[in-house]
Amino acid sequence: MAKVPVRFTLNGSEKEEFIESGATLLRALRDKIGDTSPKGGCHQGACGTCSVIIDGELRLSCLTLAETCDGADIRTAGGLAESGVLHPLQRAFAEAFATQCGFCTPGMIIAAKALLDGNPNPTRADVVEAISGNICRCTGYEPIIQAVLIAARATSLSAA
Amino acid sequence: MPLTLQTFSTVKDASVALKAAGTCYLGGGTLLVRRANEGDISFSTFVRAIDPSLSAVDIADGRARIGASATMAAIARHPDLVFLSRAARAVGGPAIRNMATAGGNLFAPTPYGDFAVALLALDAHVSIGGGERPIEAFLSERGGIHAGAIVTAVSFAIPGNDDFRFLKVSRVKPKGVSVLSIAAVLKEEGGIISSARIAYGCMADRPIRAKAAEAALIGRERTKEGIAPALAAALEGTAAVTDAIASAWYRSEVLPVHLRRLLLG
Repeated sequence: MAKVPVRFTLNGSEKEEFIESGATLLRALRDKIGDTSPKGGCHQGACGTCSVIIDGELRLSCLTLAETCDGADIRTAGGLAESGVLHPLQRAFAEAFATQCGFCTPGMIIAAKALLDGNPNPTRADVVEAISGNICRCTGYEPIIQAVLIAARATSLSAA
Repeated sequence: MPLTLQTFSTVKDASVALKAAGTCYLGGGTLLVRRANEGDISFSTFVRAIDPSLSAVDIADGRARIGASATMAAIARHPDLVFLSRAARAVGGPAIRNMATAGGNLFAPTPYGDFAVALLALDAHVSIGGGERPIEAFLSERGGIHAGAIVTAVSFAIPGNDDFRFLKVSRVKPKGVSVLSIAAVLKEEGGIISSARIAYGCMADRPIRAKAAEAALIGRERTKEGIAPALAAALEGTAAVTDAIASAWYRSEVLPVHLRRLLLG
């Protein structure tokens, strides 16, 4: 199988890998680079657990070919904590019981981050729309919605 | 079979590559990479063109020209396409909309293709293989004689304020696969409908026009009584599909209800 060189920035650090041509970004991140925060759920684009942020945009890594990310800036949930300090979203999810089995959590947090990066003061309706591409089997969504709103408030309070 | 990606800077070069066996054109990946993930071995090579003009959205002289690589998200937030944002936002969820393209939606099989339904009601023209096809003809030909040709843009006349209507019915909200979708462009003069184009999604193997319903609206008032003949003719020419989302029976049962709501709303 042909391998192609792909270079991108993952959570702030430069990565250069030889990736099988035609491999998805999900496979490259998990199997080649070892970032297992994006998860393989449906592989169809329906569940959102593979969500990542590429060049500032929310995308699904299961439907993205790794080679198309040459030169891109990629953010995953695994890279959100800084020097062991949890990102406000991670802390809010933990404290609001917004994570049970945890399988949807990286995707939910990334979708929420994409929302808050563009809209630091979302309404509840904004949050519902922002996570509408992410499926959760455990929580019934309400704790997740609250966690995002809590994180938004915490971030704007600390920025004030 | 190992997959490969070939990237070209021009549509011309990509078109040449598509002549080879086992190639398929890659837009946003929401349909094609999904097929590869699901084990589709009918193609082995993704081909794409990354000419930036493919993502351009141009508005001039009352017409819009949307590049085939323009994403649903880009269309939904375009300040001159506010009327169309409802249809663009109906596609997938937030991540899908950052990836799904106008061109790709033209090839989406039922029950997908909600944006193509809107384009059909708008009487769009599809720029493909160096020429232009009316969208209705394109939809009946897609996958056949145009195999290997690349869609570069869709264009349409921008309708008057409030002339364009769109709804999508799905079981899961706000994001879910269509039970059905309906788009309509209605013109009224002095309270009487003077022209109507209505398109349905999920009521056949491709987006279709509701020509009997359209004809029954001409010269009528947009009231409950006025649209009654159109509702009676709503299902003519349809062959609704049965799939995991809904049965053909259900789609046919609810279509006239939703058409009534769309026309009177």
